[in-house]
Amino acid sequence: MTPPVKPITAPRMAVRTAVILFLFVVIFTAMLSGAYLWTLPSIEAAAAEEKMKLVDEVLPRDRYDNKLLGDFATIEKAEGLGLDEPARIYRARKGGKLEALILEAVAPDGYAGKIRLLLALAADGQIIGVRAISHKETPGLGDYIEPKKDRDKEHPWIAQFNGLSPSAAEEKDWKVKKDGGRFDSVAGATVTPRAVIKAVRKATLFVDANREKILASQ
Amino acid sequence: MTRDEFRQIAVNGVWKQNTSLVQILGLCPLLAVTTNLVNGAMLSLATILVMALSGIAIATLRNLIPHEIRIPVFILIVATLVTVVDLLFNANLHQLYLVLGIFIPLIVTNCIVLARVEAFANKNPPLQSMFDGIFMGVGMLWTLSLLGGLRELIGKGTLFSGIDMVIPGLSPLQIFPADYPGFLLAMLPPGAFIVLGCLIAWKNWIEARASARRKPLSPAPAIAGGSH
Repeated sequence: MTPPVKPITAPRMAVRTAVILFLFVVIFTAMLSGAYLWTLPSIEAAAAEEKMKLVDEVLPRDRYDNKLLGDFATIEKAEGLGLDEPARIYRARKGGKLEALILEAVAPDGYAGKIRLLLALAADGQIIGVRAISHKETPGLGDYIEPKKDRDKEHPWIAQFNGLSPSAAEEKDWKVKKDGGRFDSVAGATVTPRAVIKAVRKATLFVDANREKILASQ
Repeated sequence: MTRDEFRQIAVNGVWKQNTSLVQILGLCPLLAVTTNLVNGAMLSLATILVMALSGIAIATLRNLIPHEIRIPVFILIVATLVTVVDLLFNANLHQLYLVLGIFIPLIVTNCIVLARVEAFANKNPPLQSMFDGIFMGVGMLWTLSLLGGLRELIGKGTLFSGIDMVIPGLSPLQIFPADYPGFLLAMLPPGAFIVLGCLIAWKNWIEARASARRKPLSPAPAIAGGSH
């Protein structure tokens, strides 16, 4: 007499299904982690390259010879830069001597939200260059803060900051011409430049105020 | 795999079961991405890769996946594949990644992948499933490129805008004169729907014509109430 075949019960089926699903999850998540860890060095290197390309726009490479991304000071309270996380101020050196400081700042009052800026300041506080690295300003209107989108290729708007020393200048100069200051702006699109100008000035004042902390080596 | 099988898979993917014109799947990325020819083509290329890989993966594992939980498992496999492809692109083809970047994760949201995997790869061997994925992707490629190209041409007057990011050195073609005012509707999603609708109508018209030609001529009807 053949033994009766036990039909598989529902609870057993459920357990079996759950176990198989669990195994799939474990195996594929492991694959994912493996791929992530394996590609992490390349991705970080590529991200660093991207960052350096941005820095190149405000500070030419021949002005420093240290590993810029590894040499920085961290300032905890960075509200003066418009940041709500600690700020990293990168120090560019030539032959061991401080050449320039690279820092990010945020203008919170752009027309369409925050504008992230990258500044390069010389050791004496003079502005070497400024770039807007991310923003949501209206295309065709406020986005001329980006030299790529600026219609005036000879004298882009953002280049107006080059060579200025805000701490030496008076506050009323540090505005668009429409408000009695020295900066040009395009008619109908002044909210954006106002935000950028204000943020740049605040950033330079911040660096002045925290100069000792910034220069202290680690 | 027989030659006939291959032909059938190819014709299905490219024409008969075209994902955008017949199955009408993946409309969300389609609308967003076909603003110009290059973007449409780029997304399709990334999709071809993902569909080929997911076809192979799921066809290989199809006997191990219980029927009741097949959907979560498919999604798990496809999402893992897409993420791994995304990471590999980022690490090894960084320049291309910056161009394609946003499109790759978008592919997971594309119903086409899940639909094909459920309809085909779940029931067929890996080789056939791989080709099915590839040809579905090719069908998408020509459709999205056509759609993107039409929208770009009508909407902006150019073709191949954005090509310089993919093949540096090439520049877009200005087809209509530079002072072409542009047709905004073509660049917005409603315009995409309209152009897609026209493409679907065009395809159906071609099919109708082809089948009318194939049908033998019906005999002339007997004259009613014939005289005697």
